[in-house]
Amino acid sequence: MEINLWINGKEFKDDVLPDTVLIDFIRSKGFYSVKRGCETSNCGLCTVLMDGKPILSCSTLALRGNGHDITTIEGIEEEALEFGGFMADQGAEQCGFCSPGFIMTVIAMKNELTNPSEEEIKNYLNGNLCRCTGYMGQLRAIKKYLEKGSK
Amino acid sequence: MKVVNKGIRKKDAMSLVTGKPVYTDDITQGSYLVVKLLRSPHAHALIEDIDIEKAKNLQGIECILTYKDVPQVRFTTAGQSYPEPSPYDRLILDKRIRCVGDPVAIVAGIDEKTVNKALDRIKVKYNVLEPILDFTKAKDNKIIVHPEDNFKALDSIGADNKRNLCASECTEYGNVEEDFNKCAHVIERTYHTKANNQTMMETFRTATNIDAYGRLNIISSTQVPFHVRRIVANALQIPKSKVRVIKPRIGGGFGAKQSVVSEIFPSVVTIKTGKPAKLIYSRKESFTNGSPRHESEITVKIGADENGIIKVISMHTLWNAGAYGDHGPTTVGLAGHKAMTIYKSMKSFKFDYEVIYSNTMGAGAYRGYGATQGFFALESAVNELAAELNMDPTVLRMNSMLSGEHVGETMPSYFNEVLNSCNLDKCLIRAKEMIDWDRKYPFIDIGNNKVRSVGCAVAMQGSGISDVDVGAVEIRLNDDGFYTLMIGATDMGTGCDTILAQMAAEALDCDFDNVVVHGVDTDLSPYDTGSYASSTTYITGMAVVKACESLRSKIINEGARLIGCLPNEVDFDGEKIYSLNNEKQISLKDIGNESFLGFNNYLTASASQSSPVSPPPFMAGLVELEIDKLTGKIDIIDYVAVVDCGTVINPNLARVQTEGGIVQGIGMALYEDIIFDENGRMVNDSFLQYKIPARNDVGTIRVEFEPSYEPTGPFGAKSIGEIVINTPSPAIANAVYNATKVNIRKLPITSEKIVMGILDIENK
Repeated sequence: MEINLWINGKEFKDDVLPDTVLIDFIRSKGFYSVKRGCETSNCGLCTVLMDGKPILSCSTLALRGNGHDITTIEGIEEEALEFGGFMADQGAEQCGFCSPGFIMTVIAMKNELTNPSEEEIKNYLNGNLCRCTGYMGQLRAIKKYLEKGSK
Repeated sequence: MKVVNKGIRKKDAMSLVTGKPVYTDDITQGSYLVVKLLRSPHAHALIEDIDIEKAKNLQGIECILTYKDVPQVRFTTAGQSYPEPSPYDRLILDKRIRCVGDPVAIVAGIDEKTVNKALDRIKVKYNVLEPILDFTKAKDNKIIVHPEDNFKALDSIGADNKRNLCASECTEYGNVEEDFNKCAHVIERTYHTKANNQTMMETFRTATNIDAYGRLNIISSTQVPFHVRRIVANALQIPKSKVRVIKPRIGGGFGAKQSVVSEIFPSVVTIKTGKPAKLIYSRKESFTNGSPRHESEITVKIGADENGIIKVISMHTLWNAGAYGDHGPTTVGLAGHKAMTIYKSMKSFKFDYEVIYSNTMGAGAYRGYGATQGFFALESAVNELAAELNMDPTVLRMNSMLSGEHVGETMPSYFNEVLNSCNLDKCLIRAKEMIDWDRKYPFIDIGNNKVRSVGCAVAMQGSGISDVDVGAVEIRLNDDGFYTLMIGATDMGTGCDTILAQMAAEALDCDFDNVVVHGVDTDLSPYDTGSYASSTTYITGMAVVKACESLRSKIINEGARLIGCLPNEVDFDGEKIYSLNNEKQISLKDIGNESFLGFNNYLTASASQSSPVSPPPFMAGLVELEIDKLTGKIDIIDYVAVVDCGTVINPNLARVQTEGGIVQGIGMALYEDIIFDENGRMVNDSFLQYKIPARNDVGTIRVEFEPSYEPTGPFGAKSIGEIVINTPSPAIANAVYNATKVNIRKLPITSEKIVMGILDIENK
């Protein structure tokens, strides 16, 4: 089936099978930041933005992306470097496998919530699992990032 | 120190946080065959027939392999130094099925859809046998998991496959029976820990191809590249010289990837077809056929005098190997030797264990490596002893455990090693202050059936395996004066590439960025046993120190020669060699450049390190819980950890290791539980059913360090990676008791168990 979508501002026209999921389509186009961590929509690793809103690309059909703007971390290098710097200063990326999906959700949160409380941050990001860090370093990084943004 | 003890960014941090393609699957795109395994639905069976005709003729299928196509020589997939203590009890594909999910056939084809179709078309006729699923009943059972005659244990580990015994041993020191008789207080309790899955975010995966030299190249997400080289070569019966293993960035391991789980299957395909092949485990496969923590049942008996000072400990440990013995004989040892050793007041001890085969998934290495199970049992028993004596459990510990006062003393239960460094007493004192223990112990009633209680545990681990682990590094001076540090240790997200470079920069008085690192490629990297057993900082770190000392002296010699001085007439400040007597000097940059032109003494140094001791790091973990006594609901409010890992090489990374280990430990304590149904199938094989902690579940975690100085470690360092998972289960169980008087002796600690316990007490 013919689809037409934009990944990080670049247009892709392609013929896809009805059961192709978005993550596989995106990776097949060379955007390898998007990772699969499970098959049950529980881990958040595959998070990308569709028209600015975070979605799980492992449980979204490529067809659903037809006509939409998809953003992966490759498309927001500047923000990724900025927030990523705060992560790196905490050592909070550790293995880094969950980082792209997590960072996409953080960016979406920043756009959606103003001055979120610690509880709001945790709730917004609760679907992004991480097995290395225990989440505390990520929280410290987010707080510093938001502090800087509000200055 | 200028570079060591600084919270420097990881060298790979910025590429990880910007999503660069650096992991196994990212760097192996292109025409790789998709490899999948047909897995057994039965826990115990014999394959009578496999019909692959309808599958192999499918267009796009490259090969289908069954037990008839692979070598019938047994090996172990445990990533350990040869001769491995784990028995040789596996075949790549076996006619006998020993657990649900055991591989029956390897299928490779052009894409996933085609391979799935082929998997559906393979017809297997099984002779289904009754399984033995309960490891506590498996010893000397009529059902035998490994009846084969070519079962082999390389070492005297007390194995007897005809009795379902993977390993067994009994150690006794002093006169245990006599000492128990002398004790004013004796308690005996049995504890049960469950199997847990590491759930590293990147599942098992391996890509293979044949390179220009006709050698098998294995790109794999592994903690043990050099062991992979040996084990794959053994399993495939090919020379080790024909195998090269490359470790790219890894999405976590936690011990899971200390077993050769995914490597062999695509390797066989590539050998048979000559084509690149790749196997990526699904999350479900990582759950059902990974290498989880060994389930255990541990009976602890403690004797104490009238003042509550611990005099004698015995631990009787049953360990579920599952279907295969990977890491069984070794993990179990830590349950006793690491745990009991922390009670220095102990005059005698007995530790006996049996590791038992059953028809459940084979277990493996998981952070803590058996010590975690041992500490849950022993620390829980110590807390129960304190409760019986009406003593504050922190006070009881202060009177019995290792402390700074014991430095220089021998530890009989720790293979007679001498304690060189210990701040455990300071750790516990500081942790009590941080959590305000004296005010909060045992609990504070906050109304509405809710109480806030505190609980406590202490723990130790080791730093490497004494006289076994080897870490080697090579460091080179390049043109322009930068260094290349070649390491064989495996950074799996932990940051060892970074901390080893920090040590090199410190030893060579240079900027951190002046050291580039490379790891791991078994063709290029110096030999390293791999990243496990909390060995990298301590063992490989010391190799870095030694190699840098050696390179430093070569630089001094060469610099002195270039400026016409004797080596003892110059000094090196990291940037230049300068004369102590006159104005002559030469920069490191110039020495590097000179050595690249018409020079026959390339400036490079290598060193390897092995240690006769495994110095323990120490930790106190105190928790504050909120418990609803009506529903049993537990909320973690605050977790306080104070760690003595010797000199902290990188405080940021050590802190994140500690926080991460505590959260994994909280998962083990509260909900992680591999459950098999009556047919041996794992029931909760996804994140939907096997819950791991999310960020809403863990409260606040606060970490501090009380560094001692370990004289045998690099810059005084010990290990940090594993110890951090050992305190949550016993500390949380203790806090539950302090709130409710209910002792939960079987993990996980669920709300249901708490409420049932409260009802039991009320009904008495």
